[in-house]
Amino acid sequence: MFDNASTLWAIAAMAVVTLLCRCGGYFLFSRMTPSPWLRKALAHLPGCIFAAYVLPALLVGPARNWAGAAATLVVMACFRNLGLSIAAGVAAAWVASLAV
Amino acid sequence: MTNIVFTGAALRRGMWQAMPLVAGLSPFGFVTGLITQRHGLTLGDCMLMNGLVYAGASQLVALANWTHPAPVLAAAFAALVVNMRFALMGPVLAPWLAGLRPVARYASLALLVDHAWALSVTDMRKGGRDVALFVGLSLPLWFGWMIASTMGFLCASALNLPPHHPLFFGALAAFIALLVPLWRGLGDALPWAVAGVTAVLLAQVLPHTSWYIVGGALAGCVTGAVMETRHV
Repeated sequence: MFDNASTLWAIAAMAVVTLLCRCGGYFLFSRMTPSPWLRKALAHLPGCIFAAYVLPALLVGPARNWAGAAATLVVMACFRNLGLSIAAGVAAAWVASLAV
Repeated sequence: MTNIVFTGAALRRGMWQAMPLVAGLSPFGFVTGLITQRHGLTLGDCMLMNGLVYAGASQLVALANWTHPAPVLAAAFAALVVNMRFALMGPVLAPWLAGLRPVARYASLALLVDHAWALSVTDMRKGGRDVALFVGLSLPLWFGWMIASTMGFLCASALNLPPHHPLFFGALAAFIALLVPLWRGLGDALPWAVAGVTAVLLAQVLPHTSWYIVGGALAGCVTGAVMETRHV
């Protein structure tokens, strides 16, 4: 079932590091009192982190993904339905891949 | 924020809201399992990695440089650089997490993923104060991820989907869709633009990590805070 010890060690190391990332930021933050400025900055984090994820991913991906992104945004803005917007985005990317 | 509660109703609402995310992320989980099989790991290894690491992007980066015997330090480093963004997400949920006992608090943080976090933050901004929503969102995502990645591993030898099949756009589409409820108005435009452009530039220098996501997000946060300080 498991092939060797080094693989298990690598998985364990990844698991520990990832757990430290997930819990560590919260742990450090809970030990201090954030300044008003830091609170303001943190309030901008949610949108900014997704913008920082999405834009580079779209730029390195195939061009048809822009069609998918546009469809996802429009459907989400109109219907506020996550499942529908993901499906619309994949469908649009698929159609665009057939068209190109 | 005071009076944080934990209700069964919010737990069920979270689980229900998680369903489209589970569907949207399944292709990504499937590919992760498939690639794990291609790199010669066993089914047990695959389930262990997906269950305990549970961060697909970092697993793909680690697997891309996989060797036999396994590269322990390189894999740990890949996990660090790709998952550093989680360290920024936890503190945003602090008001809700305060409503849980420490063990439950860190257990739910252990299941933290981008999508459950974004929907929880959206609810928190609307005045929601039921931390069960976050837990309800997180649990189905973990189970869905386990099923999808295991299926991917088992189907790997039978199936040959090209890596850029449009189905895989589903994972990115989920992130794009989550931007919509996070949009608060025109004041977000400049911070988001700064975050996106900074991330694009940093990604040229530091590809295959999440340093560019962390760097871009921090640049956007500073921009937003500076704007507010000047205008108010």
